[in-house]
Amino acid sequence: MQIYLPIAELPISVLLVLAMSGAVGFVSGLFGVGGGFLMTPLLIFLGIPPSVAVATVAPQIAASSMTGAITYWRRKALDIKLGSVLIAGGVVGTILGVLVFNWLRRAGQLELVIVMSYVTLFTIMGGLMLVDSLREQIKVRAGKPLRRLRRAGMHPPWMGLPFRLRFHQSRLYASALPLLALAAVIGFIGAVLGIGGGFILVPALIYLFRVPTSVVVGTSLFQILVTMTLATVFHAVTNQSVDILLALLLIIGGVVGAQLGTRAARNIKADEFKLLLALLVLAVGIRFAVDLVIRPVEPFSISIQRSGP
Amino acid sequence: MRISLLRLFWRLVLMPGLFLGGFSFPSARAETIIAALSTHRVAIASNFTGAQLTVFGSIERDARSISRPDPYDIVITIRGPRRMIVVREKTQVGPIWLNTSQRRFSDTPIFLASVSSRPLAEIAGQDVLRRDKLGLDSILLPSTFPFDLDPGEVRFRDALIRIEGLEQRYYTDDRGVTFLSPSLFRAPITLPATAANGNYDVDIVLMAGTVRLASYSTNFELVKTGMEQTLASAAAILPLLYGLATAALALVFGWLSALIFRRD
Repeated sequence: MQIYLPIAELPISVLLVLAMSGAVGFVSGLFGVGGGFLMTPLLIFLGIPPSVAVATVAPQIAASSMTGAITYWRRKALDIKLGSVLIAGGVVGTILGVLVFNWLRRAGQLELVIVMSYVTLFTIMGGLMLVDSLREQIKVRAGKPLRRLRRAGMHPPWMGLPFRLRFHQSRLYASALPLLALAAVIGFIGAVLGIGGGFILVPALIYLFRVPTSVVVGTSLFQILVTMTLATVFHAVTNQSVDILLALLLIIGGVVGAQLGTRAARNIKADEFKLLLALLVLAVGIRFAVDLVIRPVEPFSISIQRSGP
Repeated sequence: MRISLLRLFWRLVLMPGLFLGGFSFPSARAETIIAALSTHRVAIASNFTGAQLTVFGSIERDARSISRPDPYDIVITIRGPRRMIVVREKTQVGPIWLNTSQRRFSDTPIFLASVSSRPLAEIAGQDVLRRDKLGLDSILLPSTFPFDLDPGEVRFRDALIRIEGLEQRYYTDDRGVTFLSPSLFRAPITLPATAANGNYDVDIVLMAGTVRLASYSTNFELVKTGMEQTLASAAAILPLLYGLATAALALVFGWLSALIFRRD
């Protein structure tokens, strides 16, 4: 069954999109990530214009983070205060991101920037995650403790910057400035690349701020929920690239897939989890890198400018 | 002074020449074409996967004119909405492939089809085709033409035709025009699913013995209808409302999912 997408201006197979978003939803439920980093490239691969793909993945991520955030909130595993600080930074980053996105699109460099960023971001993040998870596995085998325990008065220097706030639930007493900056960067990346950024935000909060793992996922989902909702509205207002029909299909497939993924997640061990996620992120990065390096079958590409000359 | 001399030259020498030239082909206006499209409005609904139109036409010949030794040929050109198209070329820079050069094709149809009764090369020479803008190659001349038509420029045009051709947005149908009788013809126009909405011009040219005898122009419109049109115009006219509605949709679905699949 084919359906014509009003904004992307092409017909697409409903079952294919549902199956695809279901699979991505499964992965996102399995690993507790938004899945935008898989969804956006897959949509571009299907022939959806990159600008429409990036803008339309935003509401899908918003929907899946909504589900996740509610679930974590019920379990009291969501730090509203920390989330609010992250949101403040994320909003600024998202606005800047959409502005840069529009500027790149006009300059005709959007696709290149998306591909290059995917390569660098994903290979670096995937590589770090892989190294980290392998190191942990070795430690576990050797019977050593995973991480040094936090002691009072011990903190990285950036947490001691001015405007220190106390986050009770996260057992964190840190300056708001680096948190705002981190959230702004994630919001920016998310708006430009069509990813939620959870897979960057979660490790950053754990390693840079020592936020307990129990609240970190819920809090990051809360931040992504707000930034992606805003990104949806900003993209719609500034570049009219949000395809509501495609978004609906992605949301439905994603929601169902995520539930199945969450259920499957109970049968996998946490350290296996990390390894698998690291390999997945790395694979996406390498896939894009290969595209950049091998001789293209068609060296030419065309882009049709939206308005006349 | 020089201008008036030129004018004099024009009046005395060139004009009678053209006049006589006209008379040497007394039947130059003896034929006319009348044509009709199967529809003038193609609707894009949610099940749109492309469309097919038919051009019906008739060649009417003045009864007094003598019959021609050459057969009639029909060349139909369909031009879709115009946009600026940028063709980019990747070359290897160090280890990676980057878009390094580009050519702009301004005001270029994003749908272009040439449907004829015979391959264009058999109908007329390249100079005639280029002058009358018949065939994809003649319509899509790089902006630098006629000053510069070096192979470097042509490869961008060829790439444009090749890539748009993959989606059937550009195509040449060499035998598309069928003569039902010596004066009655029919031709299909195929619109792919990715055709853009807008106005499409259909130009029908009658040729015989490399001479353009008559032409007829008509057009049709590709429009989004129903839900497609509502959504597309909402996105364009009420972007804030559209964005808020999309965001609300996402949040409601996310909330519903948390409600339905509640596990505790």
